[in-house]
Amino acid sequence: MLQHLFLNIDAGTIDWSRAQFALTAIYHWLFVPLTLGLAVIMGIVETNYYRTQKAISKGNGDKSVAEFWKDAAKFWQKLFGVNFAMGVATGIILEFEFGTNWSNYSWFVGDIFGAPLAVEGIVAFFMESTFVAVMFFGWKKVSPGFHLASTWLTGLGATISAWWILVANAWMQYPVGCEFNPDTMRNEMVSFAEVALSPFAVSKFFHTVTSAWIIGAIFCVGVCCWYLLKKRHTKLAIESMKIGAMVGLIACLLTLATGHKSAQDVAEVQPMKLAAMEALYNGGTDIGLTAVAWVNPFCQPDYQNEAEPPLKLEMPYALSFMATNDIHGYVPGINDILNGYTTPDGKVEPSIDEKIERGKKAIEALAGYRAAKFGSSDDGSTAAAHLKVLQENMKYFGYGYIKDKNDIVPFVPVNFWAFRIMVGLGCLFILFFLLIVILTYQIPFISVFTRRLLAAVGLLPETEADCYAVTNLPAWHYWLAIILIPLAYIGSECGWLVAEFGRQPWTIQDMLPTWAAVSDLNSGSVALTFFLFLILFSTMLAVEISILLKQIQKGPELSE
Amino acid sequence: MSYEFLQHYWCFVVSLLGALLVFLLFVQGANSVARSLGYTEEGRRLVYNSTGRKWEFTFTTLVTFGGAFFASFPLFYSTSFGGAYWLWMIILFTFVLQAVSYEFQNKIGNLLGPKTFQFFLTLNGIVGPLLLGGAVATFFEGSNFIVEKNNLVDITALTPVISRWANASHGLDALLNPWVLVLGFAVVFLARVLGILYVMNNVNDEDIRSRGSVRLIGAAVPFLVFFVAYVIHLLLKEGYAVDDMGRIYMEPYKYFNNFIEMWYLLIVFLIGVVLVLFGIGKTILKKDYNGGIWPAGIGTVLTVLALLLCSGWNNTAYYPSTADLQSSLTIQNSCSSEFTLTTMFYVSLLVPFVLAYIVYAWRAIDKKKLDKEEIKTDHAY
Repeated sequence: MLQHLFLNIDAGTIDWSRAQFALTAIYHWLFVPLTLGLAVIMGIVETNYYRTQKAISKGNGDKSVAEFWKDAAKFWQKLFGVNFAMGVATGIILEFEFGTNWSNYSWFVGDIFGAPLAVEGIVAFFMESTFVAVMFFGWKKVSPGFHLASTWLTGLGATISAWWILVANAWMQYPVGCEFNPDTMRNEMVSFAEVALSPFAVSKFFHTVTSAWIIGAIFCVGVCCWYLLKKRHTKLAIESMKIGAMVGLIACLLTLATGHKSAQDVAEVQPMKLAAMEALYNGGTDIGLTAVAWVNPFCQPDYQNEAEPPLKLEMPYALSFMATNDIHGYVPGINDILNGYTTPDGKVEPSIDEKIERGKKAIEALAGYRAAKFGSSDDGSTAAAHLKVLQENMKYFGYGYIKDKNDIVPFVPVNFWAFRIMVGLGCLFILFFLLIVILTYQIPFISVFTRRLLAAVGLLPETEADCYAVTNLPAWHYWLAIILIPLAYIGSECGWLVAEFGRQPWTIQDMLPTWAAVSDLNSGSVALTFFLFLILFSTMLAVEISILLKQIQKGPELSE
Repeated sequence: MSYEFLQHYWCFVVSLLGALLVFLLFVQGANSVARSLGYTEEGRRLVYNSTGRKWEFTFTTLVTFGGAFFASFPLFYSTSFGGAYWLWMIILFTFVLQAVSYEFQNKIGNLLGPKTFQFFLTLNGIVGPLLLGGAVATFFEGSNFIVEKNNLVDITALTPVISRWANASHGLDALLNPWVLVLGFAVVFLARVLGILYVMNNVNDEDIRSRGSVRLIGAAVPFLVFFVAYVIHLLLKEGYAVDDMGRIYMEPYKYFNNFIEMWYLLIVFLIGVVLVLFGIGKTILKKDYNGGIWPAGIGTVLTVLALLLCSGWNNTAYYPSTADLQSSLTIQNSCSSEFTLTTMFYVSLLVPFVLAYIVYAWRAIDKKKLDKEEIKTDHAY
């Protein structure tokens, strides 16, 4: 009785807690990719400075070239700094939010989940925070070599931090290396290597970091195009744009490859997420990949009664192939997962109702086990019997908290459209960077050919033969690059929407649904902190954008 | 390594992080007196640029403190953060505001103006140490929570949450306990003492240094009053002990007994106190001495470390519950599994390397003291 006496939670608590985590994570993800991506560009620019500086000391360098690269490095660093502060500010909340709003989750899996977070702090955050101070304030205090190392170490620290937090997130999607301990009532880690080097984590890390480089590259190219539009700082703009475009192109191709791998991982261990992403109501073999379909963005489709979304345009066999490397491969749809299915090679997946039954059995067995163990009269046999039932049904423990099988279907429209926006924009960026690389680098034959081709269709002005200039292009070219900046952010956030909305209602796939994971708070408290964060972060975002725009308008500070 | 050793080791690591955090609150302390210490606009800017080169260390230590606590004592992390919700949220809000305040303050395009961000720095400078100190006080005073692990198997409940706060204030009730406020204010004034000492060392400016010596008295006296009061209270109060069966009981003079039984901690504590007093005293009395931050800083780390270890070692419940005694957390009943603690032990071996490069980088930046010339000509906030 006592445990319900102070119950604060109401039904709204769960959704406000979800909303708050989504809000804080989305805001954090506005700033982190630019930190990661701009760190690479900043590092390359400063490396150029270091090399030209070293050449001077060897007697064959040009001082003005070295100073150019130094001014460029300091310029990008200034923009980096403004953004970095927001990344830090929005990050601290997340570190503690697992505890503040998801305390049951923190208890249930903290033995595994806490470790990557602690390692992130010890190894990565200190590296970042230590060397960023040297980077900002050490230009005149430390050697150029130490300063360059600090710049790269700042980026490395941020990247290592991404590794550990993505290990944590990957574990939520695919919990490995752990076992449930009925005596301590929680999951406990049994293999750190399985957790830290999970293949899911590896794909996720490379996909996330390379996609962040795209943001840095798009931002860099966009800013450069603005200078070209205003006919200012032309040399800085062109040289930086060359670096940005090359980083962007490589990043896009890597993101594409790692994205494909990530999707295969999802097909293997999160079939419901894949089904939601594809709005695949009914699966089977020989399944096509949906390019687009009319899925109402605002409400959950009637997947039980509709065969498939209307106006579906698909690539035949492609989903089966992508998921299973076999064009005849079996891909379960939403209804298959709900009702249970058998794959052609004999693997049987029980229905959700059956999983719920077994989950309830597991929870009851756990209750019985604890009552027998901590009660006075048992000789051990009752407890052992309960333990056996628990172990037989442990795999479905989390389902015991599910009330209705339809609760486990994520919100299809968000998954479907976010995935398409992300992939569509990704493909656009590949084309974008490819064109810029071709136009700005003097690649024998290819550059000239591409120019003449684009000029022939009216996309570029006609110029003399062998002209490689990117200045004096029509304004719309530069505006296109600038407009891609917000689009890149949208694409980047869409990736996270798919990852996290696709996981719902599980906080840990198949183990703990959201309503079993929250803290004991009333919805009013959480709603209040939600709005406080919304107002605070939005205000800070506005200030940051304003400062960034003014800094860009001001331009680089040139050495005398 | 036995499970018992690992529990004590991790209590030590978390306590050390807490102690380092209190030392690093010199950033907050200096910010809270920036106006009076700096006096002029330029002077205030010097103070902000001095702490501005170090604020990330405090921030990161706070974050790592949270992460390490989560990894080693997940029941504390879930009970305290999920229960004392508002207390922690307010702390976090002030740190969020601090994080952007340096960078945004004086930049063109700052829509809110520099004074807004200076206010945020002052707010964080006072509220941060106050509530962090208050949170630490609850280790000795107790908090209003209940833990019931059997809730996890109650599928009829709306949600099977295992820990709950026993009143609707979600943490703010701690501030009604005067002793919580006493320790909180002790930390506020200690942060100011350390902040003034740090700025006097780091900033090469005669005005600031001479003002610092005077302001130091204004911070040191309240610090000593609050701190001594709390220590006396602590030594005289009954504390939360745990027996071999894991049952919590009240023991008279528990913390006093801890210091006697763990006499090595008492020695560390006393050395720490002496060092802090030495750092403050020599700075006030000797005109040209600006190195007080080092003895005072080291002393702070030693004193806080000893205090925190006193709360968890020697069969003491480090996070006691005033709502249900048996819900109190000990290092035995709230820690991670032996596997996790062992794994994290190996990770913790990296800490000396981290400390080494921090010291190296710190010295590289602080080798040349900050002065008016630098904030005019070099990158500055």
